[in-house]
Amino acid sequence: MEQIRIHGRGGQGVVTAAELIALAAFYDGHEAQAFPNFGVERSGAPIQSFARIDNQAIITREQIYEPSVLIIQDSTLIGNVDVFQGISKKTKIIINATKNNWSHLHLKSKHLYFSPATEIALKILGKNIVNTVILGALVKYTGLISLKSLEKAVQTKFANKGTEIIKKNIAALKMIDKI
Amino acid sequence: MISKNKKQILEGSNAIALTIKNIAPAVVSAFPITPQTHIVEDLAKMKADGLASFEYIRAESEFAAASIVLGASATGVRVYSATSSQGLLLMTEVVFNIAGMRLPVVMTVANRSVSAPINIWNDHGDAMAVRDAGWIKFFASNHQESVNQHILAYKIAEKLQLPVMINVDGFILTHSYEPVIIPDDKTIKKYLPVYQPPTGTYLDPKNPVTLGAFFGPNNYLETRQMLHEDLMSSLEIIKEEYKLLNKTLANQGANHQRQKLSRIDNGLIEYYGPQKPKTILIAMGSVIGTILETIKNFKDVGLLKIKVYRPFPAEEIVKIIKPAQNIAVLEKAISLGQSGPLYADLAATVMASKIKKNLNLKNYIVGLGGRDITQKMIKEIIKDAPQKNNYLKFIGKI
Repeated sequence: MEQIRIHGRGGQGVVTAAELIALAAFYDGHEAQAFPNFGVERSGAPIQSFARIDNQAIITREQIYEPSVLIIQDSTLIGNVDVFQGISKKTKIIINATKNNWSHLHLKSKHLYFSPATEIALKILGKNIVNTVILGALVKYTGLISLKSLEKAVQTKFANKGTEIIKKNIAALKMIDKI
Repeated sequence: MISKNKKQILEGSNAIALTIKNIAPAVVSAFPITPQTHIVEDLAKMKADGLASFEYIRAESEFAAASIVLGASATGVRVYSATSSQGLLLMTEVVFNIAGMRLPVVMTVANRSVSAPINIWNDHGDAMAVRDAGWIKFFASNHQESVNQHILAYKIAEKLQLPVMINVDGFILTHSYEPVIIPDDKTIKKYLPVYQPPTGTYLDPKNPVTLGAFFGPNNYLETRQMLHEDLMSSLEIIKEEYKLLNKTLANQGANHQRQKLSRIDNGLIEYYGPQKPKTILIAMGSVIGTILETIKNFKDVGLLKIKVYRPFPAEEIVKIIKPAQNIAVLEKAISLGQSGPLYADLAATVMASKIKKNLNLKNYIVGLGGRDITQKMIKEIIKDAPQKNNYLKFIGKI
């Protein structure tokens, strides 16, 4: 079972990111689950969300304490929140950042990836909602979900937001290859 | 004809809203409160988009919402409401009236803790606050069960003229995504006919009746006894209807084939585990999956899931727990100054059945105010269950 934990702040699309992962995994033919851990209900508050992918029905509902994939949507959380809790040598970590500034943390995992998601999101979406950009990185670095299914997930999830938003977010999914 | 009964991945709240749309109540009334909000927002949107035929009446409070569905139900139409926590508490007076007037109201409670201190997260404190109101109370442990229980609820409610409350854990079920089948309206209609109560049982200017009238000391006791006895006899009907629902859904290609893990499943309870367990854990709601995942590694531990909490399926429970030496009741509620309410029910059941004098019956209070319940905690409980120590423990360390 793949267990994905996402850290970010309220307003950055953290909950939606986990939902998009579950939707895409389901469209790929897997069993999937996504759920949030809301903090206080306000923008900027640290927030987590979780997604699980498996080939058999997922029944556990505990939060994810030993992630196989860790996504950090807001690097200012590092040092303030224990975002690296439960990582192992194998955990793949994707951080919204321009470069590796965390060698001093001596992380167990060597699978560290970076995506300048804020920069890209501001350019494409005009807002610091980095989830779709960083999910593009998830596809590229983990292969857990297909880009095609992720596009379909964006279309489904953002159906009420209009074609313009859908188009921009699908473009955002593909930006990782253009860096 | 192509069946629309296909497996989708949906948010729990959305799954409930889509099911209610297909059940087609005449009147929906609610007041938004976290974590029930998504359910009623989705229903309001369906109405605004012209996808639903019900009347959606916006209420100024939960007290009003409950009163509106009471009134609508009294005129003989199918109704729906949903609430949580403080909202349910504000409805309390009306909730008791609905049962006393024998109105087949169906309501979802997205379970959340009760203030103070203010906390928006999940536990069963709200459901337990109206435990004695005279409603049938279902507890769902996953999306498919929640969907199916809503359909079952209307059938039971309308057949027996009893209100039914479906409890779904706030956030854990209402805000999570998982695969589920929403039976389409045709499938539902095959099981749940159009609601038409007999003339003379509802408010109708052509056939005037009084509902909820004055009863003095000579009659009140009997009405409570009748309500109690009708609730108790609903146990058998729930079992029958559960079987019939599953059969109908299977025939229409709407049975979600989750792995069949339970040994016994009759609509009231489910039992997972060995035939002769040493220890049985008992729980309700969304924690069932996490417990099940945990006990896979324990050969002599079983899990009893309570799906119908009121009326209390004591006889079914006794049959299951008979061989066990240790019973651990895990619950997300505390009757302050006593124990968990489910534990008290179990203790009464064990006493009345005289199954075992030296049965080790223990109570673990978990998950209050949204505290995560981990597999580690459950392992700890399994280890503690046979110990002769405090019968009541709060387990909070993640």
